[in-house]
Amino acid sequence: MGNSLNRNPMTLFEVAGRAMSAQLVRMNASASNLANAGTVSASEEEAYRPVRPVFAQQLDARTGLSTVRVSGLIRENAAPLRTHNPDHPLADANGDVWAAPVDENAEMIEMLESSRQYQNVVEAMQTAKQLMLETMRMK
Amino acid sequence: MSEGLFGIHGMALALRAQRMGVLTSNIANAGTPGYKAKDIDFAAALKARTEGKSEASAIGGATLYRVPVMPSLDGNTVEISTEQTAFADNAVGYSATLSFIRGRVETVTRAIKGE
Repeated sequence: MGNSLNRNPMTLFEVAGRAMSAQLVRMNASASNLANAGTVSASEEEAYRPVRPVFAQQLDARTGLSTVRVSGLIRENAAPLRTHNPDHPLADANGDVWAAPVDENAEMIEMLESSRQYQNVVEAMQTAKQLMLETMRMK
Repeated sequence: MSEGLFGIHGMALALRAQRMGVLTSNIANAGTPGYKAKDIDFAAALKARTEGKSEASAIGGATLYRVPVMPSLDGNTVEISTEQTAFADNAVGYSATLSFIRGRVETVTRAIKGE
């Protein structure tokens, strides 16, 4: 996968940095989903649907290193939950409102997994940095 | 000149650095669907290197896909425990190689100074 933005060979820090950005996008998406949990809409089409980033590998053939990029954001194809609530101001002709189909537990897991993967990358980067500094100072 | 001074350790350090990059790539791609984890067989790469191959061809010949213990549904073969163990192992190896090089430099420095 060529990268038009950067003509220099990829470094280890770039690998870690981009992986961390990708995980941040994932955490932001999850936070948006959680924030929209329980929101209601007037129709099935307008209801909020959870967003989910899609990760893809980005290989730098010159160095053999591969980092992560977010290849896109998709809307999950989950069906909004219909609840009968005629007193609601957004209720349609049948007296129904449509709630966002956000699974809070799944979002929490997503958040935890993402932050653990972020931590792993940080740890790897710290060790690599330490070894590079030792090599540079020769002590 | 550097190969004469540092012997095998100069080549070993370059290979260790390259392997560190490959393992970091694996850890970075722990959440990428379809990503296949890779690793460099250090012993094989060093052997090829001492037999006179270039660094690129030695690394290319010794880079293999990791066989997962338990394949995941999304096709990703990164197992974080395996990767972190390999990373730690490689970091210790890097440190050891660095100490050998440092020792050589100290010896030569002492010889030059005539202490």
